[in-house]
Amino acid sequence: MPAPAAAIRTQSFIERMSDETASRLQALPMALVFTIFFLLPLGLIIMVSFWDYNEYEMIPALSGRGYTDTFEGCIAELPELCTIFKTYAMTLKLCFLVWLITLIIGFTVAYFLAFHIRSKTWQIALSLLCTIPFWTSNVIRMIAWIPLLGRNGLINKGLMSAGAIDAPLEWLLFSQFSVVLALVHLFTFFMVIPIFNSMIRIDKSLIEAAYDAGATGWQTLTNVIIPLSKPGIVIGSIFVITIVMGDFITVGVMGGQQIASAGKIIETRLNALQFPAAAANAVILLGITLMIIFVLSKLVDIRKEL
Amino acid sequence: MDGKRPRAFYFLAAFFTAYVLFLYGPMFAIFILSFQGPEGGLTFPMNGVSTYWFSKLAEGGGIVNIGAAFRRSLALGVVVMLLTVVISVSAGLAFRRKFWGASALFYIAIASLIVPSIITSLGIGLEFRIIDDLVKNVGPEWLAADHTTWMGLFTSGLGAHLTWTLPFGLLIMFAIFNRFNPAYEEAARDLGATPWQSFRHVVLPIILPSVVGIGLFGFTLSWDEIARSSQAIGEVNTLPLELQGLTTTVTKPDIYALGTTTSAVSFLVIAIALIGIRLLQRRTAKAGSDAGKGLV
Repeated sequence: MPAPAAAIRTQSFIERMSDETASRLQALPMALVFTIFFLLPLGLIIMVSFWDYNEYEMIPALSGRGYTDTFEGCIAELPELCTIFKTYAMTLKLCFLVWLITLIIGFTVAYFLAFHIRSKTWQIALSLLCTIPFWTSNVIRMIAWIPLLGRNGLINKGLMSAGAIDAPLEWLLFSQFSVVLALVHLFTFFMVIPIFNSMIRIDKSLIEAAYDAGATGWQTLTNVIIPLSKPGIVIGSIFVITIVMGDFITVGVMGGQQIASAGKIIETRLNALQFPAAAANAVILLGITLMIIFVLSKLVDIRKEL
Repeated sequence: MDGKRPRAFYFLAAFFTAYVLFLYGPMFAIFILSFQGPEGGLTFPMNGVSTYWFSKLAEGGGIVNIGAAFRRSLALGVVVMLLTVVISVSAGLAFRRKFWGASALFYIAIASLIVPSIITSLGIGLEFRIIDDLVKNVGPEWLAADHTTWMGLFTSGLGAHLTWTLPFGLLIMFAIFNRFNPAYEEAARDLGATPWQSFRHVVLPIILPSVVGIGLFGFTLSWDEIARSSQAIGEVNTLPLELQGLTTTVTKPDIYALGTTTSAVSFLVIAIALIGIRLLQRRTAKAGSDAGKGLV
């Protein structure tokens, strides 16, 4: 609705533009950053994955070597799994464990914050308490486990002085156990926040209605709260699964560089300067990750949930 | 309020407390251990209390050029923070109207958030390698002659960090404007404010606390970034990359001292941002509305 004053004012350049042009200009810087540093690089990965390479450089000539090297021995070694399949099996296993544990912890924490904390101020304060570690360094949060889990760490010393064990437990650190523990420690946040966000939107009168209709607490949880928290659960799951699928730092540091993962293969290829092979692995990882996201995103409309 | 808490509350409160301890406990263990005496090791017990490992760190003893890495990370973090705020706010304003490509841009931002970092990093690394090769081989003579690389902290490194911070910035802007009451702006427009004036004097003061939040994400995510930096940072290392490198050879508490120093910067920035947000919210609450107070 044009105000009378607007007609009198001299119009600036911006005002003469249509609203849509203004929007496009405002979105332009972000679009440029993503084009140059995200879309184009993804395109180049696909291109380079079909290039040839030798010991020290990539060669711009069409070749499937990146892929054939990756799947080397997969048919010959049957019924044994080849390296790449073993690695993906391990990655999916880590993924599943971390997803399950973060979901259980994240849901419980979010449920407590959303339904048992009554004052808004406390809700904000406590969810902030869960968020602050996310703003600190992941590596530090990983090495923080060393004094606890190490051979001479608190846990081993405690158990030994209590007489529960004779020799220090070796599987506490630099093992699958410590990798899962660290991943849960680092990324439960990504479950808590979206699930909490879904839960605080649940109309409290629905829960009262369930209660009035004679539902037990458990029935209310499974028939009302969990279905209505589904969008948060899905978004949290997408975050956790994609992070664990591509992780190479936590697996590296907490696995003592001994455990293979999908992300770590890419890193290993890069350290060997085999860029096309690294790119081929990236394409495979991207394909699998996108497939998982696609399936999960069928369950929810992300944009409605913000 | 119905007064008495159900039994589930106490169980859940205990669970939550355990989770918070799990979240913070290990971190505080290394903060304490970084004050080990000179003879102290990587684990408890404390062998005396000293700031020995911090002074060793300050001298750069044993660890390569940690001061330079510290300054590089700080500079990059500040630049990433400023760009994240400006670009996100601008795009957030754009998304309030329909425009061509809006939903594509939204999904690209989400994709940038969830595509594994190593892939983004590898892609940017490849991009700059290919550009460098092109410049060297087919570029004009004056440029090709002594060209080495354009990969660096404030080119590829900056871009890599923005692909991580901008999606958060955009999501926060979405959350802000989903709850924003457009009546204030309409009022400003009716009073004859230009678009810039209504943004500067009406919209910005209202959204400012959340904008500080975007800045907080921008700085802290960049300050601790590793995965996206790994292939895209060029010859020099940022502080978290140096720290990650140290984890393979960790034998002395100086790594804890470094961890404590890095975390101190994070906590300082978080505290400043949170206090800033609180003050801004208070100012808004005080000066925002005189409705119902009669003529003032």
